[in-house]
Amino acid sequence: MIDKAKGRPARRQIPWWLVILAGLGIISVGSVFADASYRVIFAAIGKGMGVTLSVAIISYAFSISLGLGLGIARSSRHRLLREASTFYIELVRGLPMLVILYYIAFVGAPALAGVLNALLSPLIKTGFIPAFQSRNFSFVTRAVLALTLGYAAFIAEIFRAGIDSVDKGQIEAAEALGLSQSQITTRIVLPQAIKNVLPALANEFVAIIKDSALVSVLGVQDLTQLGKVYAASTFKFFETYNVVAFFYLCLTISLSMLVRVLEQRLKDGRK
Amino acid sequence: MSPFIRFEGVVKEFHVPGRGSIRALDGIDLTINKGEVVVIIGPSGSGKSTLLRVVNALERLDEGEIWIGEDRVSAKKADLRRIREDAGMVFQSFNLFSHLSIMENIALAPRLVRKKTKEEARDIAEKLLSRVGLADKLYAYPRQLSGGQQQRAAIARALAMSPQILLFDEPTSALDPEMIKEVLDVMTALAKEGMTMLVVSHEMGFARAAADRVVFMDQGKIVEQGAPSELFSQPKEPRTKDFMRHIL
Repeated sequence: MIDKAKGRPARRQIPWWLVILAGLGIISVGSVFADASYRVIFAAIGKGMGVTLSVAIISYAFSISLGLGLGIARSSRHRLLREASTFYIELVRGLPMLVILYYIAFVGAPALAGVLNALLSPLIKTGFIPAFQSRNFSFVTRAVLALTLGYAAFIAEIFRAGIDSVDKGQIEAAEALGLSQSQITTRIVLPQAIKNVLPALANEFVAIIKDSALVSVLGVQDLTQLGKVYAASTFKFFETYNVVAFFYLCLTISLSMLVRVLEQRLKDGRK
Repeated sequence: MSPFIRFEGVVKEFHVPGRGSIRALDGIDLTINKGEVVVIIGPSGSGKSTLLRVVNALERLDEGEIWIGEDRVSAKKADLRRIREDAGMVFQSFNLFSHLSIMENIALAPRLVRKKTKEEARDIAEKLLSRVGLADKLYAYPRQLSGGQQQRAAIARALAMSPQILLFDEPTSALDPEMIKEVLDVMTALAKEGMTMLVVSHEMGFARAAADRVVFMDQGKIVEQGAPSELFSQPKEPRTKDFMRHIL
Protein backbone atom coordinates (compact mmCIF):
# COMPACT_ATOMS: atom_id res chain seq x y z
CA MET A 1 0.00 0.00 0.00
CA ILE A 2 2.83 2.33 0.88
CA ASP A 3 4.53 1.49 -2.41
CA LYS A 4 1.39 2.34 -4.27
CA ALA A 5 1.15 5.71 -2.58
CA LYS A 6 4.79 6.50 -3.25
CA GLY A 7 5.42 5.39 -6.79
CA ARG A 8 3.01 5.98 -9.56
CA PRO A 9 2.22 2.64 -11.18
CA ALA A 10 4.12 2.36 -14.44
CA ARG A 11 1.43 3.08 -17.01
CA ARG A 12 2.11 2.12 -20.59
CA GLN A 13 1.69 5.02 -22.93
CA ILE A 14 -1.13 4.58 -25.38
CA PRO A 15 0.34 4.53 -28.91
CA TRP A 16 -2.03 7.05 -30.50
CA TRP A 17 -0.48 6.66 -33.92
CA LEU A 18 -1.49 3.03 -33.88
CA VAL A 19 -5.00 3.77 -32.62
CA ILE A 20 -5.56 6.28 -35.41
CA LEU A 21 -4.13 3.94 -38.03
CA ALA A 22 -6.24 1.05 -36.79
CA GLY A 23 -9.28 3.33 -36.89
CA LEU A 24 -8.56 4.27 -40.49
CA GLY A 25 -8.11 0.57 -41.24
CA ILE A 26 -11.48 -0.26 -39.78
CA ILE A 27 -13.09 2.57 -41.73
CA SER A 28 -11.57 1.24 -44.96
CA VAL A 29 -12.72 -2.29 -44.29
CA GLY A 30 -16.15 -0.95 -43.41
CA SER A 31 -16.29 1.02 -46.62
CA VAL A 32 -15.79 -2.20 -48.55
CA PHE A 33 -19.11 -3.44 -47.25
CA ALA A 34 -20.82 -0.09 -47.62
CA ASP A 35 -19.56 0.87 -51.05
CA ALA A 36 -19.84 -1.46 -54.00
CA SER A 37 -17.14 0.29 -56.02
CA TYR A 38 -14.60 -0.18 -53.20
CA ARG A 39 -15.46 -3.87 -53.14
CA VAL A 40 -14.59 -4.11 -56.82
CA ILE A 41 -11.32 -2.24 -56.32
CA PHE A 42 -10.36 -4.47 -53.41
CA ALA A 43 -10.97 -7.58 -55.44
CA ALA A 44 -9.11 -6.23 -58.47
CA ILE A 45 -6.01 -5.10 -56.61
CA GLY A 46 -5.92 -7.88 -54.02
CA LYS A 47 -4.82 -10.23 -56.77
CA GLY A 48 -1.48 -8.43 -56.73
CA MET A 49 -0.88 -9.29 -53.09
CA GLY A 50 0.50 -12.71 -53.97
CA VAL A 51 2.93 -11.26 -56.51
CA THR A 52 4.10 -8.53 -54.15
CA LEU A 53 4.63 -10.99 -51.33
CA SER A 54 6.36 -13.64 -53.42
CA VAL A 55 8.67 -11.12 -55.10
CA ALA A 56 9.55 -9.73 -51.66
CA ILE A 57 10.01 -13.10 -49.98
CA ILE A 58 12.07 -14.69 -52.76
CA SER A 59 14.30 -11.63 -53.21
CA TYR A 60 14.72 -11.39 -49.46
CA ALA A 61 15.74 -15.04 -49.10
CA PHE A 62 18.31 -14.77 -51.88
CA SER A 63 19.66 -11.45 -50.68
CA ILE A 64 20.10 -12.82 -47.15
CA SER A 65 22.33 -15.61 -48.43
CA LEU A 66 24.25 -13.38 -50.83
CA GLY A 67 24.47 -10.63 -48.22
CA LEU A 68 25.80 -13.04 -45.61
CA GLY A 69 28.55 -14.15 -47.98
CA LEU A 70 29.41 -10.55 -48.86
CA GLY A 71 29.32 -9.50 -45.20
CA ILE A 72 31.73 -12.27 -44.21
CA ALA A 73 33.99 -11.40 -47.13
CA ARG A 74 33.85 -7.72 -46.15
CA SER A 75 35.31 -8.48 -42.72
CA SER A 76 37.64 -11.20 -43.99
CA ARG A 77 41.38 -11.25 -43.43
CA HIS A 78 41.99 -11.86 -47.11
CA ARG A 79 42.56 -8.59 -48.85
CA LEU A 80 41.17 -9.71 -52.21
CA LEU A 81 37.87 -10.89 -50.71
CA ARG A 82 37.58 -7.72 -48.68
CA GLU A 83 38.29 -5.42 -51.60
CA ALA A 84 35.99 -7.30 -53.97
CA SER A 85 33.02 -7.27 -51.61
CA THR A 86 33.60 -3.64 -50.65
CA PHE A 87 33.70 -2.75 -54.34
CA TYR A 88 30.38 -4.48 -54.93
CA ILE A 89 28.71 -3.03 -51.86
CA GLU A 90 29.80 0.55 -52.52
CA LEU A 91 28.83 0.28 -56.18
CA VAL A 92 25.35 -1.05 -55.54
CA ARG A 93 24.61 1.17 -52.56
CA GLY A 94 25.51 4.17 -54.64
CA LEU A 95 22.82 3.46 -57.22
CA PRO A 96 19.10 4.14 -56.94
CA MET A 97 17.12 0.90 -56.71
CA LEU A 98 15.16 1.93 -59.80
CA VAL A 99 18.35 2.25 -61.84
CA ILE A 100 19.51 -1.19 -60.68
CA LEU A 101 16.16 -2.55 -61.76
CA TYR A 102 16.43 -1.04 -65.26
CA TYR A 103 20.02 -2.17 -65.51
CA ILE A 104 19.28 -5.79 -64.67
CA ALA A 105 16.14 -5.88 -66.77
CA PHE A 106 17.50 -4.32 -69.95
CA VAL A 107 21.29 -4.75 -69.71
CA GLY A 108 21.78 -7.65 -67.32
CA ALA A 109 19.28 -10.07 -68.79
CA PRO A 110 20.58 -9.94 -72.40
CA ALA A 111 24.14 -10.11 -71.04
CA LEU A 112 23.25 -13.12 -68.88
CA ALA A 113 21.69 -14.83 -71.90
CA GLY A 114 24.90 -14.18 -73.85
CA VAL A 115 27.09 -15.56 -71.04
CA LEU A 116 24.93 -18.68 -70.69
CA ASN A 117 25.01 -19.23 -74.44
CA ALA A 118 28.80 -18.96 -74.46
CA LEU A 119 29.17 -21.30 -71.50
CA LEU A 120 26.75 -23.90 -72.78
CA SER A 121 27.61 -23.54 -76.47
CA PRO A 122 28.60 -27.24 -76.90
CA LEU A 123 25.21 -28.33 -75.61
CA ILE A 124 23.38 -25.76 -77.69
CA LYS A 125 25.26 -26.67 -80.88
CA THR A 126 24.31 -30.31 -80.55
CA GLY A 127 20.72 -29.18 -80.16
CA PHE A 128 20.55 -30.62 -76.65
CA ILE A 129 19.09 -27.40 -75.28
CA PRO A 130 17.81 -24.37 -77.15
CA ALA A 131 19.82 -21.15 -77.20
CA PHE A 132 19.01 -18.66 -74.45
CA GLN A 133 17.35 -15.42 -75.33
CA SER A 134 16.72 -12.57 -72.98
CA ARG A 135 13.00 -13.17 -73.27
CA ASN A 136 13.60 -16.51 -71.54
CA PHE A 137 13.94 -14.47 -68.38
CA SER A 138 10.53 -13.23 -67.37
CA PHE A 139 10.22 -9.76 -65.97
CA VAL A 140 9.38 -11.23 -62.58
CA THR A 141 12.70 -13.12 -62.64
CA ARG A 142 14.56 -9.97 -63.62
CA ALA A 143 12.80 -8.00 -60.90
CA VAL A 144 13.68 -10.61 -58.28
CA LEU A 145 17.29 -10.67 -59.49
CA ALA A 146 17.54 -6.88 -59.30
CA LEU A 147 16.03 -6.64 -55.83
CA THR A 148 18.30 -9.48 -54.68
CA LEU A 149 21.46 -7.85 -56.00
CA GLY A 150 20.48 -4.47 -54.58
CA TYR A 151 19.37 -5.66 -51.16
CA ALA A 152 22.33 -8.03 -50.80
CA ALA A 153 24.55 -4.95 -50.52
CA PHE A 154 22.45 -3.43 -47.73
CA ILE A 155 22.16 -6.73 -45.92
CA ALA A 156 25.91 -7.32 -46.27
CA GLU A 157 26.51 -4.06 -44.40
CA ILE A 158 24.15 -5.21 -41.64
CA PHE A 159 26.00 -8.49 -41.30
CA ARG A 160 29.33 -6.69 -41.29
CA ALA A 161 28.14 -4.42 -38.49
CA GLY A 162 26.99 -7.51 -36.60
CA ILE A 163 30.34 -9.21 -37.09
CA ASP A 164 32.14 -6.06 -35.94
CA SER A 165 29.94 -5.90 -32.85
CA VAL A 166 31.19 -9.24 -31.54
CA ASP A 167 33.59 -8.63 -28.65
CA LYS A 168 37.22 -9.17 -29.69
CA GLY A 169 37.75 -11.09 -26.45
CA GLN A 170 35.42 -13.81 -27.73
CA ILE A 171 37.60 -14.28 -30.79
CA GLU A 172 40.80 -14.26 -28.76
CA ALA A 173 39.43 -16.86 -26.37
CA ALA A 174 38.54 -19.08 -29.32
CA GLU A 175 41.97 -18.56 -30.87
CA ALA A 176 43.64 -19.39 -27.57
CA LEU A 177 41.72 -22.69 -27.50
CA GLY A 178 43.14 -23.64 -30.90
CA LEU A 179 40.01 -23.20 -33.02
CA SER A 180 40.66 -22.56 -36.70
CA GLN A 181 39.59 -19.32 -38.39
CA SER A 182 36.62 -20.99 -40.08
CA GLN A 183 35.53 -22.62 -36.82
CA ILE A 184 35.75 -19.25 -35.08
CA THR A 185 33.63 -17.67 -37.79
CA THR A 186 30.92 -20.33 -37.86
CA ARG A 187 30.81 -21.28 -34.17
CA ILE A 188 31.61 -18.07 -32.31
CA VAL A 189 31.29 -14.96 -34.46
CA LEU A 190 28.28 -15.64 -36.69
CA PRO A 191 25.89 -16.99 -34.04
CA GLN A 192 26.48 -13.88 -31.94
CA ALA A 193 26.53 -11.50 -34.90
CA ILE A 194 23.28 -12.84 -36.35
CA LYS A 195 21.52 -12.60 -33.03
CA ASN A 196 22.65 -8.98 -32.73
CA VAL A 197 21.34 -8.02 -36.16
CA LEU A 198 18.04 -9.94 -36.24
CA PRO A 199 15.88 -6.82 -35.74
CA ALA A 200 17.80 -4.93 -38.43
CA LEU A 201 17.44 -7.87 -40.81
CA ALA A 202 13.73 -8.06 -40.15
CA ASN A 203 13.42 -4.35 -40.89
CA GLU A 204 15.01 -4.97 -44.27
CA PHE A 205 12.12 -7.28 -45.06
CA VAL A 206 9.70 -4.45 -44.44
CA ALA A 207 11.85 -2.26 -46.68
CA ILE A 208 11.95 -4.85 -49.46
CA ILE A 209 8.16 -5.10 -49.42
CA LYS A 210 7.97 -1.39 -50.05
CA ASP A 211 10.69 -1.41 -52.70
CA SER A 212 9.01 -4.33 -54.44
CA ALA A 213 6.56 -1.71 -55.71
CA LEU A 214 9.35 -0.64 -58.08
CA VAL A 215 8.92 -3.84 -60.08
CA SER A 216 5.69 -2.33 -61.42
CA VAL A 217 7.83 -0.30 -63.82
CA LEU A 218 8.63 -3.60 -65.54
CA GLY A 219 4.95 -4.40 -65.81
CA VAL A 220 5.04 -7.07 -63.12
CA GLN A 221 1.47 -7.49 -61.86
CA ASP A 222 2.03 -6.55 -58.22
CA LEU A 223 -0.21 -4.39 -56.00
CA THR A 224 1.17 -1.15 -57.38
CA GLN A 225 0.94 -2.17 -61.03
CA LEU A 226 -2.64 -3.41 -60.65
CA GLY A 227 -3.51 -0.15 -58.91
CA LYS A 228 -1.91 1.86 -61.68
CA VAL A 229 -3.80 -0.04 -64.37
CA TYR A 230 -7.10 0.09 -62.51
CA ALA A 231 -6.86 3.80 -61.80
CA ALA A 232 -5.91 4.57 -65.39
CA SER A 233 -8.89 2.72 -66.76
CA THR A 234 -11.51 3.93 -64.26
CA PHE A 235 -10.12 7.34 -63.24
CA LYS A 236 -10.90 6.45 -59.61
CA PHE A 237 -7.45 7.54 -58.50
CA PHE A 238 -8.39 8.44 -54.93
CA GLU A 239 -10.19 5.19 -54.16
CA THR A 240 -7.67 3.00 -55.96
CA TYR A 241 -4.58 4.39 -54.27
CA ASN A 242 -6.37 4.29 -50.92
CA VAL A 243 -6.77 0.58 -51.41
CA VAL A 244 -3.16 0.15 -52.58
CA ALA A 245 -1.91 2.02 -49.52
CA PHE A 246 -4.19 -0.03 -47.30
CA PHE A 247 -2.67 -3.29 -48.53
CA TYR A 248 0.90 -2.06 -48.07
CA LEU A 249 0.19 -0.68 -44.62
CA CYS A 250 -1.38 -3.95 -43.51
CA LEU A 251 1.82 -5.73 -44.46
CA THR A 252 4.38 -3.22 -43.23
CA ILE A 253 2.81 -2.17 -39.95
CA SER A 254 2.04 -5.69 -38.81
CA LEU A 255 5.60 -6.74 -39.67
CA SER A 256 7.10 -3.70 -37.94
CA MET A 257 5.20 -4.60 -34.81
CA LEU A 258 6.49 -8.15 -34.98
CA VAL A 259 10.00 -6.73 -35.24
CA ARG A 260 9.41 -4.70 -32.09
CA VAL A 261 8.27 -7.79 -30.23
CA LEU A 262 11.36 -9.64 -31.48
CA GLU A 263 13.62 -6.79 -30.37
CA GLN A 264 12.03 -6.74 -26.92
CA ARG A 265 12.42 -10.51 -26.61
CA LEU A 266 16.11 -10.31 -27.49
CA LYS A 267 16.61 -7.48 -25.02
CA ASP A 268 14.89 -9.43 -22.23
CA GLY A 269 16.95 -12.49 -23.08
CA ARG A 270 20.16 -10.55 -22.58
CA LYS A 271 19.36 -9.54 -19.00
CA MET B 1 64.11 -29.70 -13.87
CA SER B 2 64.27 -28.98 -17.57
CA PRO B 3 63.39 -25.61 -19.05
CA PHE B 4 59.93 -25.96 -20.58
CA ILE B 5 59.28 -22.46 -21.88
CA ARG B 6 62.19 -20.46 -23.21
CA PHE B 7 62.23 -16.80 -24.23
CA GLU B 8 65.39 -15.68 -26.02
CA GLY B 9 65.87 -12.02 -26.87
CA VAL B 10 62.15 -11.51 -27.41
CA VAL B 11 61.14 -8.16 -28.88
CA LYS B 12 57.60 -7.01 -29.64
CA GLU B 13 56.78 -3.57 -30.95
CA PHE B 14 53.42 -1.90 -31.26
CA HIS B 15 52.79 0.97 -33.59
CA VAL B 16 50.82 3.69 -31.90
CA PRO B 17 49.47 6.39 -34.22
CA GLY B 18 51.14 9.68 -33.43
CA ARG B 19 53.68 8.21 -31.01
CA GLY B 20 55.68 6.01 -33.31
CA SER B 21 56.46 2.48 -32.19
CA ILE B 22 56.55 1.31 -28.60
CA ARG B 23 58.61 -1.65 -27.46
CA ALA B 24 56.23 -3.67 -25.32
CA LEU B 25 58.87 -6.36 -24.96
CA ASP B 26 62.47 -5.22 -25.22
CA GLY B 27 64.83 -8.19 -25.21
CA ILE B 28 63.25 -10.67 -22.82
CA ASP B 29 65.24 -13.74 -21.75
CA LEU B 30 63.33 -16.07 -19.46
CA THR B 31 62.99 -19.78 -18.85
CA ILE B 32 60.18 -21.52 -17.04
CA ASN B 33 60.51 -25.07 -15.82
CA LYS B 34 57.90 -27.76 -15.91
CA GLY B 35 55.65 -27.46 -12.87
CA GLU B 36 56.91 -24.00 -12.00
CA VAL B 37 54.56 -21.16 -11.07
CA VAL B 38 55.86 -17.78 -12.18
CA VAL B 39 54.08 -14.57 -11.26
CA ILE B 40 54.79 -11.46 -13.31
CA ILE B 41 54.31 -8.07 -11.72
CA GLY B 42 55.01 -4.56 -12.89
CA PRO B 43 53.40 -1.19 -13.58
CA SER B 44 50.76 -0.95 -16.25
CA GLY B 45 52.22 -0.70 -19.72
CA SER B 46 55.30 -2.65 -18.66
CA GLY B 47 54.61 -5.44 -21.14
CA LYS B 48 53.35 -8.11 -18.72
CA SER B 49 50.27 -9.04 -20.73
CA THR B 50 52.20 -8.99 -23.99
CA LEU B 51 54.67 -11.44 -22.46
CA LEU B 52 51.79 -13.90 -22.01
CA ARG B 53 50.22 -13.22 -25.38
CA VAL B 54 53.34 -14.03 -27.34
CA VAL B 55 53.54 -17.49 -25.73
CA ASN B 56 50.38 -18.73 -27.44
CA ALA B 57 50.98 -16.54 -30.49
CA LEU B 58 48.03 -14.21 -29.95
CA GLU B 59 50.73 -11.67 -30.76
CA ARG B 60 53.53 -12.44 -33.21
CA LEU B 61 57.12 -11.57 -32.32
CA ASP B 62 59.26 -9.02 -34.04
CA GLU B 63 62.58 -10.52 -32.90
CA GLY B 64 63.81 -13.40 -30.77
CA GLU B 65 62.65 -16.93 -30.17
CA ILE B 66 60.13 -18.68 -27.93
CA TRP B 67 59.95 -22.40 -27.38
CA ILE B 68 57.27 -24.47 -25.66
CA GLY B 69 59.06 -27.77 -25.14
CA GLU B 70 60.28 -28.70 -28.61
CA ASP B 71 57.87 -26.41 -30.48
CA ARG B 72 59.25 -23.13 -31.74
CA VAL B 73 56.38 -20.67 -31.33
CA SER B 74 58.33 -18.00 -33.20
CA ALA B 75 58.74 -20.16 -36.33
CA LYS B 76 57.14 -18.69 -39.45
CA LYS B 77 55.12 -21.83 -40.05
CA ALA B 78 54.55 -22.68 -36.39
CA ASP B 79 51.79 -25.19 -35.73
CA LEU B 80 49.48 -22.73 -34.01
CA ARG B 81 46.88 -25.35 -33.21
CA ARG B 82 49.37 -27.49 -31.32
CA ILE B 83 50.87 -24.51 -29.51
CA ARG B 84 47.45 -23.34 -28.42
CA GLU B 85 46.45 -26.80 -27.30
CA ASP B 86 49.58 -26.82 -25.13
CA ALA B 87 49.14 -23.34 -23.70
CA GLY B 88 45.74 -22.57 -22.18
CA MET B 89 44.80 -19.00 -21.42
CA VAL B 90 42.59 -17.29 -18.84
CA PHE B 91 41.64 -13.69 -19.57
CA GLN B 92 40.97 -10.69 -17.36
CA SER B 93 37.45 -10.32 -18.76
CA PHE B 94 36.72 -14.09 -18.73
CA ASN B 95 35.64 -14.09 -22.39
CA LEU B 96 33.23 -16.98 -21.99
CA PHE B 97 31.28 -17.50 -25.20
CA SER B 98 28.12 -15.60 -24.41
CA HIS B 99 25.83 -17.59 -26.75
CA LEU B 100 26.77 -20.97 -25.25
CA SER B 101 25.96 -22.60 -21.94
CA ILE B 102 28.79 -23.19 -19.50
CA MET B 103 28.87 -26.86 -20.48
CA GLU B 104 29.04 -25.99 -24.19
CA ASN B 105 31.73 -23.39 -23.49
CA ILE B 106 33.93 -26.10 -22.03
CA ALA B 107 33.02 -28.88 -24.46
CA LEU B 108 33.45 -26.79 -27.62
CA ALA B 109 37.23 -26.93 -28.03
CA PRO B 110 37.60 -30.62 -27.09
CA ARG B 111 34.97 -31.42 -29.72
CA LEU B 112 36.23 -29.17 -32.51
CA VAL B 113 39.97 -29.32 -31.94
CA ARG B 114 40.48 -32.67 -30.24
CA LYS B 115 37.62 -34.36 -32.14
CA LYS B 116 36.08 -35.83 -28.99
CA THR B 117 32.55 -37.18 -29.22
CA LYS B 118 29.69 -35.24 -27.72
CA GLU B 119 29.55 -37.63 -24.75
CA GLU B 120 33.30 -37.53 -24.08
CA ALA B 121 33.34 -33.73 -24.23
CA ARG B 122 30.38 -33.58 -21.90
CA ASP B 123 32.11 -35.87 -19.41
CA ILE B 124 35.19 -33.64 -19.50
CA ALA B 125 33.02 -30.58 -18.88
CA GLU B 126 31.18 -32.19 -15.98
CA LYS B 127 34.39 -33.34 -14.28
CA LEU B 128 36.11 -29.99 -14.66
CA LEU B 129 33.09 -28.01 -13.49
CA SER B 130 32.81 -30.03 -10.32
CA ARG B 131 36.55 -29.50 -9.84
CA VAL B 132 36.08 -25.72 -9.87
CA GLY B 133 32.93 -25.98 -7.76
CA LEU B 134 30.36 -25.28 -10.46
CA ALA B 135 28.81 -28.72 -10.89
CA ASP B 136 25.34 -27.20 -10.64
CA LYS B 137 25.92 -24.57 -13.36
CA LEU B 138 26.22 -26.91 -16.33
CA TYR B 139 23.33 -25.39 -18.25
CA ALA B 140 23.62 -21.82 -17.02
CA TYR B 141 24.65 -19.11 -19.45
CA PRO B 142 27.65 -16.90 -18.70
CA ARG B 143 25.52 -13.80 -18.04
CA GLN B 144 23.68 -15.70 -15.29
CA LEU B 145 26.89 -16.28 -13.30
CA SER B 146 28.81 -13.95 -11.01
CA GLY B 147 32.22 -12.73 -12.11
CA GLY B 148 34.00 -15.20 -9.86
CA GLN B 149 31.92 -18.09 -11.19
CA GLN B 150 32.56 -17.00 -14.76
CA GLN B 151 36.29 -16.89 -14.17
CA ARG B 152 36.25 -20.36 -12.59
CA ALA B 153 34.32 -21.64 -15.60
CA ALA B 154 36.92 -20.00 -17.85
CA ILE B 155 39.66 -21.84 -15.99
CA ALA B 156 37.74 -25.09 -16.50
CA ARG B 157 37.46 -24.26 -20.20
CA ALA B 158 41.22 -23.80 -20.48
CA LEU B 159 41.82 -27.04 -18.56
CA ALA B 160 39.54 -28.99 -20.90
CA MET B 161 42.28 -29.03 -23.52
CA SER B 162 44.66 -30.59 -20.94
CA PRO B 163 47.26 -27.87 -21.50
CA GLN B 164 50.92 -28.18 -20.51
CA ILE B 165 50.95 -24.61 -19.26
CA LEU B 166 48.28 -22.14 -18.19
CA LEU B 167 48.63 -18.44 -18.89
CA PHE B 168 46.66 -16.14 -16.58
CA ASP B 169 46.24 -12.53 -17.72
CA GLU B 170 45.21 -10.55 -14.63
CA PRO B 171 42.55 -13.13 -13.76
CA THR B 172 41.19 -11.28 -10.73
CA SER B 173 41.45 -7.65 -11.84
CA ALA B 174 37.88 -7.47 -13.12
CA LEU B 175 36.39 -9.10 -10.02
CA ASP B 176 34.68 -7.67 -6.99
CA PRO B 177 36.83 -8.13 -3.87
CA GLU B 178 34.62 -10.83 -2.38
CA MET B 179 35.01 -12.98 -5.48
CA ILE B 180 38.76 -12.81 -5.79
CA LYS B 181 39.37 -15.52 -3.21
CA GLU B 182 37.29 -18.20 -4.93
CA VAL B 183 39.31 -17.76 -8.10
CA LEU B 184 42.66 -17.64 -6.30
CA ASP B 185 41.72 -20.81 -4.40
CA VAL B 186 41.22 -22.66 -7.69
CA MET B 187 44.52 -21.30 -9.00
CA THR B 188 46.37 -22.24 -5.81
CA ALA B 189 44.96 -25.77 -6.03
CA LEU B 190 46.18 -26.05 -9.62
CA ALA B 191 49.64 -24.85 -8.60
CA LYS B 192 49.77 -27.47 -5.84
CA GLU B 193 48.85 -30.16 -8.37
CA GLY B 194 51.97 -29.28 -10.33
CA MET B 195 50.48 -27.25 -13.20
CA THR B 196 52.99 -25.02 -14.95
CA MET B 197 51.62 -21.49 -14.66
CA LEU B 198 52.59 -18.07 -15.92
CA VAL B 199 50.49 -15.52 -14.07
CA VAL B 200 50.21 -11.78 -14.52
CA SER B 201 48.73 -10.61 -11.24
CA HIS B 202 49.23 -8.20 -8.39
CA GLU B 203 47.72 -10.55 -5.85
CA MET B 204 50.61 -10.69 -3.42
CA GLY B 205 48.84 -13.25 -1.25
CA PHE B 206 48.64 -15.64 -4.18
CA ALA B 207 52.27 -14.97 -5.14
CA ARG B 208 53.42 -15.72 -1.60
CA ALA B 209 51.32 -18.87 -1.29
CA ALA B 210 51.76 -20.41 -4.72
CA ALA B 211 54.56 -18.81 -6.74
CA ASP B 212 57.99 -20.33 -7.11
CA ARG B 213 59.30 -17.18 -8.65
CA VAL B 214 58.22 -13.57 -9.08
CA VAL B 215 59.37 -11.54 -12.09
CA PHE B 216 59.27 -7.76 -11.99
CA MET B 217 58.97 -6.06 -15.36
CA ASP B 218 59.22 -2.42 -16.34
CA GLN B 219 59.26 -0.78 -19.77
CA GLY B 220 59.42 -4.08 -21.62
CA LYS B 221 62.38 -5.43 -19.68
CA ILE B 222 62.78 -7.87 -16.81
CA VAL B 223 64.20 -5.75 -14.02
CA GLU B 224 64.51 -8.34 -11.31
CA GLN B 225 63.33 -11.82 -10.42
CA GLY B 226 63.49 -14.13 -7.44
CA ALA B 227 61.59 -16.11 -4.85
CA PRO B 228 58.50 -14.21 -3.66
CA SER B 229 59.79 -13.80 -0.11
CA GLU B 230 63.04 -12.25 -1.36
CA LEU B 231 61.56 -10.01 -3.97
CA PHE B 232 58.80 -8.68 -1.76
CA SER B 233 60.88 -8.07 1.37
CA GLN B 234 64.33 -7.26 0.00
CA PRO B 235 64.12 -6.00 -3.58
CA LYS B 236 67.57 -5.03 -4.90
CA GLU B 237 66.73 -2.71 -7.76
CA PRO B 238 65.51 0.82 -6.96
CA ARG B 239 62.68 0.52 -9.50
CA THR B 240 61.46 -2.68 -7.84
CA LYS B 241 61.64 -1.02 -4.41
CA ASP B 242 59.65 1.93 -5.68
CA PHE B 243 56.98 -0.35 -7.19
CA MET B 244 56.72 -2.47 -4.02
CA ARG B 245 56.19 0.64 -1.93
CA HIS B 246 53.21 1.49 -4.07
CA ILE B 247 51.42 -1.84 -4.06
CA LEU B 248 52.22 -3.34 -0.65
